[in-house]
Amino acid sequence: MSGAAILSLRGLRVWYGTEGDPVRAVDGVNLELHSGQTLGLVGESGCGKSTLGRSVVGLLPEAAAIAGEVSYEGRDLAGLSPKEMRALRGPDLGLIFQEPMTRLDPLVTIEHHFRETIRTHEPGIDRKEVRRRSLEALAGMGIPPTRFEQYPHEFSGGMRQRIMIALALVLNPKVLVADEPTTALDVIVEAQILGILADLRRNFDTALLLITHNLGIVAEACDRVAVMYAGKIVEEGDARDVFAKPAHPYTRELLRSTISLETTGLHYIPGAPPNLIDPPPACRFHPRCPSAMKVCADIHPVEVAPSPGRRVSCWLHGPEGQIPPGGTAPLERGEIALAEEA
Amino acid sequence: MNRRLDGMRRMLATVRQTKGVPKWMLYAGVGIVGLFVFLAIFAPIVAPYGFDQVTSGGVRFPKQAHPDSTHLFGTTVQSTDVLSRVIWGSRTAIEVVVLSLIFSLIIGVPLGLFSGYIGGKLDRVLVLIMDALFAFPYLLLAIVIAFLLSDKIGQGIVTAAIAITVVYVPQYFRVVRNHVISVREETYVDAARALGAPRRTIIRRYVFANVIQNVPVIATLNAADAILTLAALDFLGYGIQPTQAAEWGYDVSRAIDDAGAGIWWTGVWPGLAIVLLVTGFTLVGEGLNDVLNPIIRYRRIKRPEIPAEETS
Amino acid sequence: MESVVRSPESVEAEARPLLQVRGLKTTFSLRGSFLDRLRGHDAGVVRALDGVDFELRKGEVLGVVGESGSGKTTLGRTLLGLAPASAGSIELDGEEIAGLSESKMRPLRRRLQIVFQDPHASLNPAMTIGALVADPLRFHGLVNEAQALRSRAAAALERVGLAPAEQFLDKYPSDLSGGQKQRAVLARAIILDPDVLVADEPVSMLDMSVRAKILELMLALKDDLELTYLYITHDLATAKFFCDRIAIMYLGKIVEIGPAAEIYADPKHPYTEALLRAIPEPDPRRSVPRDLPRGEVPDAVMPPLGCSFHPRCLKAFEVCGWESRDLRTLLESRWTQMSEPEFEAERALIGDLDALDTPATECVLPAASGQTGDEVKGILDSLRAQEPDDPFWTGVETVQSEPRGIRVTFRKNLAPRDLEQGNARVRCHLYDDEALALAKSSPASR
Repeated sequence: MSGAAILSLRGLRVWYGTEGDPVRAVDGVNLELHSGQTLGLVGESGCGKSTLGRSVVGLLPEAAAIAGEVSYEGRDLAGLSPKEMRALRGPDLGLIFQEPMTRLDPLVTIEHHFRETIRTHEPGIDRKEVRRRSLEALAGMGIPPTRFEQYPHEFSGGMRQRIMIALALVLNPKVLVADEPTTALDVIVEAQILGILADLRRNFDTALLLITHNLGIVAEACDRVAVMYAGKIVEEGDARDVFAKPAHPYTRELLRSTISLETTGLHYIPGAPPNLIDPPPACRFHPRCPSAMKVCADIHPVEVAPSPGRRVSCWLHGPEGQIPPGGTAPLERGEIALAEEA
Repeated sequence: MNRRLDGMRRMLATVRQTKGVPKWMLYAGVGIVGLFVFLAIFAPIVAPYGFDQVTSGGVRFPKQAHPDSTHLFGTTVQSTDVLSRVIWGSRTAIEVVVLSLIFSLIIGVPLGLFSGYIGGKLDRVLVLIMDALFAFPYLLLAIVIAFLLSDKIGQGIVTAAIAITVVYVPQYFRVVRNHVISVREETYVDAARALGAPRRTIIRRYVFANVIQNVPVIATLNAADAILTLAALDFLGYGIQPTQAAEWGYDVSRAIDDAGAGIWWTGVWPGLAIVLLVTGFTLVGEGLNDVLNPIIRYRRIKRPEIPAEETS
Repeated sequence: MESVVRSPESVEAEARPLLQVRGLKTTFSLRGSFLDRLRGHDAGVVRALDGVDFELRKGEVLGVVGESGSGKTTLGRTLLGLAPASAGSIELDGEEIAGLSESKMRPLRRRLQIVFQDPHASLNPAMTIGALVADPLRFHGLVNEAQALRSRAAAALERVGLAPAEQFLDKYPSDLSGGQKQRAVLARAIILDPDVLVADEPVSMLDMSVRAKILELMLALKDDLELTYLYITHDLATAKFFCDRIAIMYLGKIVEIGPAAEIYADPKHPYTEALLRAIPEPDPRRSVPRDLPRGEVPDAVMPPLGCSFHPRCLKAFEVCGWESRDLRTLLESRWTQMSEPEFEAERALIGDLDALDTPATECVLPAASGQTGDEVKGILDSLRAQEPDDPFWTGVETVQSEPRGIRVTFRKNLAPRDLEQGNARVRCHLYDDEALALAKSSPASR
């Protein structure tokens, strides 16, 4: 956590066009990523975490509008042309997707994939060097050099995901965005790949943004964690701290509802994540929050730092001076029907 | 029954929600086709004369008369009224299209359904037959069928409709069969099996109901094609007997000689009718496709404007 | 594959299990590539279920846990008659249902229901929720009158928490959220009042905050309607909470089955142990586990000899089924750790590795042309010196240098048997005295 952030998002908003009103997938996010750091971005489906990841690497769909700042090494990426963005993607900004099967061209060998990738960014490089660097990257992922000339279909799902990671790493990106990289994989393979990603932050200077819905993965593989709800980051901090003492009620409830080997009773959050076309006013979690106060339904929460390196957007943590008189009284709401869920 | 209507309502609601070019295309197409359907139904009232009428009040019409107030579109070499023939011709066209559509749907859709769902040998044989039909030049096929049938049931509307049906059945068959094959693998079909649904129920309520949604688009696009095929058949003289009904293709073929003599109206009006009706059907088909196809719908969506940060 | 465990006749008579599965096998033939089919070649057979034995007692929840390719989904589908059983028996309340024709099976489907993983895909998009939920009643001719169907559907919807039902009856599946859809699927499954519900990953596509709600609903339904569950999942955490007994599957076989509490507290099979260790837990004190099985679930077309898990097992020993392909894996993993020039140099000494791809307990690793067996043996020796504790070496009987390569013979292997361990049944040589004795008996080639 020393020095300037390699990647910083300021007031980032990404809205998707629909046939009606826009969907506010990411709606005012500030986030910093430092070299050699793994930041876990967690949230439930539809909270905007994948959109956030895609906006970092400039791979938003046509119908998305972006506002705010995505700054990489001090340059604002939002202002770059598609061509300049393509040049950055690979050697500077890497991306690993969830489904490895669809990202490899079935008609060409692994070797071909590597050659294409490296040569796009380093045109003059000779074949021997390509081979050396590719085999090194593959070996790091546990893929034997004997399989370099094989086709994607000759590999299992887990192997293909490793190949995708190797393809991303062979260019030594300074920032790597991994969007649910293990979700499609079995637990043992998942654990193997998380081990590799954990080594990555130890051995390289890569900054890793790991997007996942699985709190267990964040706990095991990340230094820091940012919790996202309805397009906003509600809490961020050191992973251990956040898991040990969640500050935001959403983080707390999410942790409680996660079924783990330690679970002895079922717990869930009533209601459903809001529709991001017309999100609730003020704090977006207030309709479901067990600790909601009057102020939560009226005024946007202010980001505060309950402890160093920690930030949370929740009135429970103040600032008290900004809560109007009587604002801390519990919020009265109607019952949320059981069936109203995601 | 209620459910069928509901499906229609949902489709209409989708149409209403759509904005821009596709909606305009669809509306224009429906307008054009509607006009021709209107003419077809009310031909006896709308048309000033019969399609083969050459006299009125005992007076024979002039030959190849220039358009004027008595004959708005002029007359032909046989003295028939061009306007009347165009209007009666729309009846013929609509009748043939509707008949061939019904035949194609009755034959093509069930064949595709069973072939796709049951599979095996039946499927292989049917696919082979349909592919063989598909491989023929469509016009040649239509001519052969029309020729064969002309001995049996004469050269009427039914013959033309059957000839056209044979051309289009393989298309319905293919589209339906391929769609059925993918629907058959859907989890909800498995779920229905697991719940104990009899096979015919699965085909009817679970497979057919989902496959049929593609049919309106193909049907309208094929209708456009069918108009052209019918016109071509008649142009070549394999279609409907001139004594039985007015037909645009026949009129156009007769007008070829006139064209050299500067008599444009005998060819232009029926030709225009063909173009207009084909365009109408195509607009409906493409419009429906644009409106109903989610991928195309999605592609039309525009980037929203993000307002400056509201102060909170 | 003979099962060692047999319930005594007397017990069977008084407490007959609701579902008794014996030696169940399901195979799928692969269609292969276009070229294969053209040549009339069979691309092979996948033994998705390879001799499965278990029983499901009335009112219990049996969890079937496994990774992809374990055959757990095929098990569910075979029980329902959606995939054909190629051998073995499935008895529902004493009545054989394996291999029944669709028409004989249909009436029995009222007693046996399934919930699929993807609630969205399991609902016909062209039907309303009300029609969908009541449809099973029509399938079986139980209710035909429209008003009665509607009220039955409403009752089922309310039972699963979709209340008031009027809000949902006329909606289409696409109007519902994931959790609501899964509730509708459950409503449809219970409307026939079944005895057994096979739930194939019913919550894995749902968000964390919704999973608990659906599991809670399933538990409530089980108590109210006296249901028996077969809960198929890859998620050991939900299974621990949800199940009374657990069966762990690997490559078409049950490798361990027993009371949930016992399995989680004291996993017997090394695979179970590994699965439990690999689960990422939301506990910041943990870090990524390291001592995990290597590699991935192998191809079920040609499963490993002996115990299917032996190539990945950290506790495998002499008789677990060592064979030619394990030698290839070992060589490749050595090369993975080498620098590129080192690898190139060593690879140049060895001939075609594909010679090892046919499973055999005796194989020849060919030398490259111009090389002799001694050079290849040198590589193997240094490999052994490097990692003498790799379980692979326990399975090697002899390594002989030949002019054209080396001949490697492996120890005689045993197929693992079902063994009773406490209340559990485990299929692993570690608990088999005979296997342990055989392992010790003949000297290893050291």
